[in-house]
Amino acid sequence: MQQSLKKSNHQLADTLIQLEVLNQATQQGSQFPAFTQKLRGLNLFPLKPTHLDIFQVNVGKMCNQVCKHCHVDAGPDRKEIMTRATMQQCLTAIAASSVRTVDITGGAPEMNPDFRWFVEEISKLGREIIVRCNLTIIVANKKYHDLPAFYKTHNVHVISSLPYFSAMRTDAQRGQGVFEDSIKALKMLNAVGYGQEGSDLILDLVYNPSGAFLPARQAGLELEFKKKLKAGFGVDFNNLFAITNLPISRFLDYLIQSNNYETYMEKLVMAFNPAAAANVMCRNTLSVGWDGYLYDCDFNQMLELKVSPSAPQHISAFNEAALNNRNIVLNQHCYGCTAGAGSSCGGTTA
Amino acid sequence: MEKTYYNPQDLKKFGNISEFSPGLAEKFFSYYGEVFAEGELTAREKSLIALAVAHTVQCPYCIDAYTVDSLEKGSTEGQMMEAIHVAAAIRGGASLVHGVQMMNKVKEIVM
Ligand code: SF4
Ligand code: SF4
Repeated sequence: MQQSLKKSNHQLADTLIQLEVLNQATQQGSQFPAFTQKLRGLNLFPLKPTHLDIFQVNVGKMCNQVCKHCHVDAGPDRKEIMTRATMQQCLTAIAASSVRTVDITGGAPEMNPDFRWFVEEISKLGREIIVRCNLTIIVANKKYHDLPAFYKTHNVHVISSLPYFSAMRTDAQRGQGVFEDSIKALKMLNAVGYGQEGSDLILDLVYNPSGAFLPARQAGLELEFKKKLKAGFGVDFNNLFAITNLPISRFLDYLIQSNNYETYMEKLVMAFNPAAAANVMCRNTLSVGWDGYLYDCDFNQMLELKVSPSAPQHISAFNEAALNNRNIVLNQHCYGCTAGAGSSCGGTTA
Repeated sequence: MEKTYYNPQDLKKFGNISEFSPGLAEKFFSYYGEVFAEGELTAREKSLIALAVAHTVQCPYCIDAYTVDSLEKGSTEGQMMEAIHVAAAIRGGASLVHGVQMMNKVKEIVM
């Protein structure tokens, strides 16, 4: 199995090197315009949160897959996972906040031994719960087979990645056999009521391009996915989110290895969309790392760019008012959120 | 002189054709933009047609551009290859159908 960048001692495992790459001059010696400058031109700099709506918790980098594009650099060889004590600090913060949705991600969040406890506790707080489930975890081991039933019990909104409705593109990105296992898992979710007409159990899918190109129109893709997954496999789901790959971590490595980095960055910069810039997800989201540190989004988390020191940087010192007043930390990877129709954990934004 | 006639970097300079004839270039690009807009054919279908035509006129710039564009419009590899087969079939067929003309001529002059 492929190793994470960290395990293989890859130089891009060092986030400072990633930031260096993102800010270096092109081969022609020119510089991509600074993302902050673009926002300045729109009177959006410094970028401020609008309100805190989504509390995204990354419960660990451990995963059963090693997807080529993974911005978390997740995999079975990553051992960093959130402890129950840190989860408890998250619960205290959520209870005291105006957060509407708790979005649990990873890695494969289900591999954290305290995952189910955490979901049960959030459920008691009466907030919407999203779990970003990679699908294959459901069939990876017997102990996970009842996840669909568990999700149903807590009315969890399941969001799952399926880069394409074909095995060829899905497996190229996510690993051999992933498409087949994902279809099995989708059927298990459908069987308990997820994605079914008239059911309030929501199953959304995430599409992201399998390479150095931008996603197609979300609405068109959704129709195509629905048609193909229904006709080919009898699978149903609710919404499709089209997400742009951000040039960080393993996707950055892919871009460099395949000699696509500059063309891709140029594409993102050229496709800068002011409407998407006003709606970037960091304005209503807070991201918590496995060790309790706070970030503006999951991407900043993976680049180790903590929230501005003007606000508390750790969940143990959570303070909604101070966080709402912070300046969001930006860098060149942010172009991934503002290209074309825009991109967020909930799909397009413009 | 360049070592090759085709330089991928030149594709980005397409707009520069306006330098020598701004008026015509403007007309062309505005027409071009409208042709590819969503219409009775979807933008995705138009991109596939463009990809097939690009292979017929064998323009490396257009092949690059409409390969990326087709992917970004959500086409599959299979659909893209089928589009090229359509171009190839018409190309091949166009040669072969002239076989009838050849046969006509043969029959005209051979006993
Ligand atoms: S993209 Fe998701 S499923 Fe794939 S390795 Fe990363 S965390 Fe795991
Ligand atoms: S990468 Fe994060 S901080 Fe940058 S614009 Fe996107 S959501 Fe905001």
